[in-house]
Amino acid sequence: MELFGGLIAKNGLVFAFLIVGLLTLGSEFFSRKYLRSKIPGSAVAIFAGLLLGYWGGVWGNGEKGLADVKLFSGLGFFGGAMFRDFTIVATAYGASFLLVKRSGWLGFISLVLGISLFFVLGVIIALVWGYRDAVSLCTIGAGACTYIIGPVTGAAIGASSEVIALSIGTGLAKTIAVTILTPLVAKRIGLDNPQAAMAFGGLMGTSSGVAAGLAATDPELVPYGAVTATFYTGLGCLVCPSAFYGILELMF
Amino acid sequence: MIIYGVALLALSFLLGQWMGEALGHLLGIDANVGGVGFAMIILMLLKDWFLREGWMKKDMDAGIDFWGKMYIPVVIAMAASLNVKGAVSSGLLAILAGFVPVAVCFAVFPHMLRRFKTD
Repeated sequence: MELFGGLIAKNGLVFAFLIVGLLTLGSEFFSRKYLRSKIPGSAVAIFAGLLLGYWGGVWGNGEKGLADVKLFSGLGFFGGAMFRDFTIVATAYGASFLLVKRSGWLGFISLVLGISLFFVLGVIIALVWGYRDAVSLCTIGAGACTYIIGPVTGAAIGASSEVIALSIGTGLAKTIAVTILTPLVAKRIGLDNPQAAMAFGGLMGTSSGVAAGLAATDPELVPYGAVTATFYTGLGCLVCPSAFYGILELMF
Repeated sequence: MIIYGVALLALSFLLGQWMGEALGHLLGIDANVGGVGFAMIILMLLKDWFLREGWMKKDMDAGIDFWGKMYIPVVIAMAASLNVKGAVSSGLLAILAGFVPVAVCFAVFPHMLRRFKTD
């Protein structure tokens, strides 16, 4: 057993390939047998991944879900930013540049609307909760955009570490919400073509959530959602601690 | 040669990320602005150019296709390495402020599409 553990530790990434393969196999089977394929196998697998992430957080007591358990540390590398971005870029190979160009305007509008909506709604919820100072409100509002914008904003305007932690938690909850809800409502909201996917990426913004949600809905749409979502976090980091904070400061 | 395809993908990726970092730096923020988006556009343009010139050699697209198809497995691994416990244990406010705006945006989405769609 010790020999096996050492082998896994040395070959973490390869072990992660095996784990994800088995997880996908089990999820496909579950989807076909118990859900009559109503919810696609990939959606089940992503959800199962989230459950494992929670379990790993409890077990490994860290911040990287199951990847904090030494045996599964390869999962953190396989599911890290480098592979995520590299594979997203690769999906663009099958996408059409003309379509992206034609929907550029819609993508831009959805980005502006998305950042503003999430920020305002986050601030309103924090207000209802009892926060009254501009710094905390702005940081929580920024966290409602993504779990990167929250701490970047909080650090820039001098929020307390509790509020920054809260903004990260808020952003994570958003990512999970988009991941779970997208495949469930996609058909009803007309998310079934490249143009809609571009608008969706800009509106929702969380790269991980959009990517996972679209992957579970229709893999063909992934590149179109990703191409706009990638601008969201950067733009949010730009406007939240500056323009949005300025407005909040005038109000409180 | 498969490696030519992978190398083309790597070139697009690095150029795009570099542009994203540079744009972030230019705007004075410590974040990558649109790196993945730039990389995707570069890859699409390079592909068109290579096809036109007849440089797309056999198996080259297999090298890119493979990574595109590894995307969902990567997302599954990513889900398993997210700080799910952190989100759940941040309390009700984090969960509300995470879920409610998403639900609102799902409701707004069809209206936005109808209003701004181009044909």
